[in-house]
Parts: sequence; C-alpha cells; structure tokens
Amino acid sequence: MNKNLKIFTNGIITENPTLRLVLGTCPTLAVTTSAKNGIGMGLAATVVLVCSNAVISLLRKVIPDKVRIPAFITIIAGFVSVVQMFVKAFAPSIDKSLGIFLPLIVVNCIILARAEMFASKNSLVPSVLDGLGMGIGFTCTLTLMGIIRELLGAGTIGAGFFDKCIDMANHLTPMVIFLLPPGGFFVFGMLVALSNAIAKKNGKKTVDRIGCENCPSRAVCDRANCENEEVAVNE
Amino acid sequence: MKEKLVVSSSPHIRHLDTTSGIMLDVIIALIPATAYSFFIFGLSAAAVVCTSVLSAVICEFLWNLILKKPQSVGDFSAIVTGLILGLNLPPKTPLYVAAIGSLVAIIVVKQMFGGLGFNFVNPAIGARIVLLVSFPTAMASMSSYLEPITKVSVDTVTGATPLMLYGKEAAPSIKELFFGMTSGAIGETSAFLLLVGGVYLVLRKVISPIIPLSFIGTVALMTYLFSFSLNETLYFTLSGGLILGAVFMATDYVTSPASKIGKLIFGIGCGLLTFVIRKWGNLPEGVSYSIILMNILSPQIEKINLKKPFGLKEVKSNE
Repeated sequence: MNKNLKIFTNGIITENPTLRLVLGTCPTLAVTTSAKNGIGMGLAATVVLVCSNAVISLLRKVIPDKVRIPAFITIIAGFVSVVQMFVKAFAPSIDKSLGIFLPLIVVNCIILARAEMFASKNSLVPSVLDGLGMGIGFTCTLTLMGIIRELLGAGTIGAGFFDKCIDMANHLTPMVIFLLPPGGFFVFGMLVALSNAIAKKNGKKTVDRIGCENCPSRAVCDRANCENEEVAVNE
Repeated sequence: MKEKLVVSSSPHIRHLDTTSGIMLDVIIALIPATAYSFFIFGLSAAAVVCTSVLSAVICEFLWNLILKKPQSVGDFSAIVTGLILGLNLPPKTPLYVAAIGSLVAIIVVKQMFGGLGFNFVNPAIGARIVLLVSFPTAMASMSSYLEPITKVSVDTVTGATPLMLYGKEAAPSIKELFFGMTSGAIGETSAFLLLVGGVYLVLRKVISPIIPLSFIGTVALMTYLFSFSLNETLYFTLSGGLILGAVFMATDYVTSPASKIGKLIFGIGCGLLTFVIRKWGNLPEGVSYSIILMNILSPQIEKINLKKPFGLKEVKSNE
C-alpha cells in the first residue's frame, strides 16, 4: 500500500510532469491565460490519463511491441473524444476557451509518456494511481500558472469561476503581456527555475537539459534506445 | 640595457577605454537632448526619466546584492539603460510604468541572461516593447503625449506624435521636426540635438558611424523611392524614434555585429524593417521592433562574414 501511495504522490511533486519532466509544455503555455482554463485543461487531461493508463495496463500483454504507439494513440483518442463531448455538453464555455487544445490532448506527451513508461509495464492499480497523480500534478501546475498570469495580466482572480471574482484592474493597470505567449514563457521559466531551486535544496537533480541523463523518470524507464538517444544528442 | 625586460604573454598593448568611460561618453552625448526635452515637456518628462534611471540603478544594485555578485553599478551601464528607456517613453507615462520598464530591462533582459555583455537584445528596447505590449493605453494613446511648451502655454495639452499626423493640417513643419518642437516620446523629438550627440560619440570613437548612417539612409531612401517627395522623405526621417534609435540603441556593442560589413547589413536591415513596419504595418512606429529583430539576427550576421584565420586555406590544400 505504501508503494502505491508513493506512485500516487510521485506525479504531484517529485515527478511533476510539467515542472520536473518538462512534458506537455504546449497546453501549459497555450491555455493558462486564466485559472479557469488551467483547471479545465488539467481535469480533462487527468480523466483521459487515468482512463488510458487503465486500459493500456490491462491490454499491455495483448498489444504487440512493434505497433504499441499506434495502439496507445487509438486508445487515448477514444477517451479524448468522450471527454470532448462531455465538456461540450456540460461546460461549453470551457470548450470555447480551450478550443483546439482540447482535442489536442490526444498528442499530449504526458499521456503518451505515462503509457509508454508506466502503464505498459505495470498492473492496473499502480497505473491508475500513476495516471491520477500525474494528472493532479499537471492540473496543479496549470492552475498555478493560470492564477499568476490572470492576476498579472488581467488583474482578476478566478474570473468566470466564482460569481464575484476579485477584480484589481480598477486599482492597478494589469500588464497585458502576461496573457500573451511571451508572458506564458516567462511565467513557465520562472516556475521551472523555482522548482529547480527547491530540487537543488533537497539534493535532487535540476532540470537544465532535456535528456535521459537528467530525467527524473530514469529509474522507471528502461528502454535501451534511451541511452542511444542520449549519445546522439551529445554528438 | 638599463631598462628591465618584462616578459609577459600577449596582449601587450591595452587600450585605455573602459566600460565606465564609454558609458560616461554616451551619457554626455545624451545630455543635450535630455535637457532640451525637460525644457519643452516640463516636469512630467523629467519625473519619468528620473524614475527610469533611478529604478534601473536600484534594480542593478539589488540584483547584485541579493545574488552576491560583484557590484556593477559603478560601470554606469544601468544609468545608460535607464536613461535611454526614459527617453523612449511618452512624457505623461505613469511613473510606475517607467519603473516596471527599468525592472524588465535590467533584471529580465540583462541580468537573467548573464549581465552586461550577455544580453541578447538591447535592454532598453526590450523593456520598451514589453511596456508597449503591456500598457497600450499608457504607451501609445494620444493622451500620453504632450504638445511642446513652445507651442502652447499650458503643459497639459496632449497631442499626437508626428508619425500619426502626417498629411493632416496639424502636421509639424520640417523645421519644427528638426529642432524638436513637436510632440513625441521624451527624447526623440529633437533630431538636431540627437545628431549632435551622435557626432560627439563618433568623434570620441565610441560608436562607428556605419550603423546610424546605413539605418537612417535606408529609411530615407525607401521613403523617397515610394513617394518621390523630398518633403515626405525628410518628414519620416526626422520624426519618430528613428534618430534616437539609430544613434543610441542600434549601436549597442553587445547586440550589434562587430565587423564593418556586419554593421552595414545590420543597419540596412534595421532600416528596411522600420520602413516596412511604418508603411504597411499597423503599428505607428517600427524603430524598436526593427532593432530588436536585428539584435536577434546579429550572431547570424557575424557568422556569414567570419574572418578566415591566416593560413587556413593552405592547411586545407595540404590535406
């Protein structure tokens, strides 16, 4: 049980998908213009992640290794369609603001990475817990970024989420750049720097280069081609 | 042989130029235009420039203090950045906007990339663009610009910049543009005093005239080719931030090419982009965007005219 708990908390802090694994940066940068969008995107991705992890882990002995990626994508796409229809039906405003990024969850690399690295090698319960942990970690980061960007860029907290949102725009002029792509990159960079500083303090490896060497998931990932890729990068 | 022989490794002859000396020259060159702008736009302009300079220096000081780095306030580069940023703002910019601009320039654009010498774009321009995007009302609306004191007796009358006015009745004459009796950003109005500063810098060999000449020349030539009117050419050359940008911002050592051909390409590129943005873009002014784009390109410009080390060809033919 203790082991399962560790798998669950792994995704939230030590292997936070966006800040520690630097995966799924595209939706992270694109949709976090408000806290509401961040939560919406995070929850949608979490549902897909949990379901796809569960199904892939159940089918892991049936899926041939050579066609595993197309098989994973097909399973993920099925769940994304379900989620998309649900969001369209019950939260049309979130569907509108997330736009193309909702169907693009299909190619979200967090989901594929967890399928490839975890669900395809583990049994049902750990896979579901891993998906849940990763999804919550993703949601937390997206919400945090959404809160920061919304506060600095629009001067509001939780607009469209609470009936009475706090609006500071009357007292201070917000900096519109935080709602634009450069602001997204800036806030994301700052958060990664912060998480690096915390990691350094706790004696963990910092994320300063994308590569297998610095990947926090290295322990779980045992694909042989991993090492080869690393050499190719160095050359 | 009475003198002692000193054995040391090269370089043996060092130039006396120091960072602080060069920065001091830039400050001296900007003093006439700055003083004049205080005179024509009054106290609000002075407050904006003082705020931006002060906050730039404070940011630099605090950054070095907090990160325990050698204190670099003494090289005057923060003062120059703050001064140039202040001169690029409209006279009625809210003071906190000016302070945020200095913070962006010093902390984000300069220090986060490694401090003086490592910034990838000119800090003042980077900050100006951040402000332009962030605070469109404060930075680009008519209400933030002032008519010069020489035209009206009260300094609270707001007015459009000459670039917005061309072809309209209120457009200033060429003479007014040249001597800075128009509205505009604090330091950009007086072409004459900016050119005086530029000539001083060229004579002191702080900057090379290649970038300013090719930059301004390209804009003038393109405007003439598209209008065939000498008046319009002069009007667009003298208005906006063109001269301020070409003389004081495009010539930044860190972000412009070092070779002569590189400088020429850099200047012409800035000129073309400025013209394209002014003519077809929906922005009122293209100088800062053109400089920032060419800043980013300057490592590539350096690459295409790398000097071949002496004897390199022979080595290749031997193989």
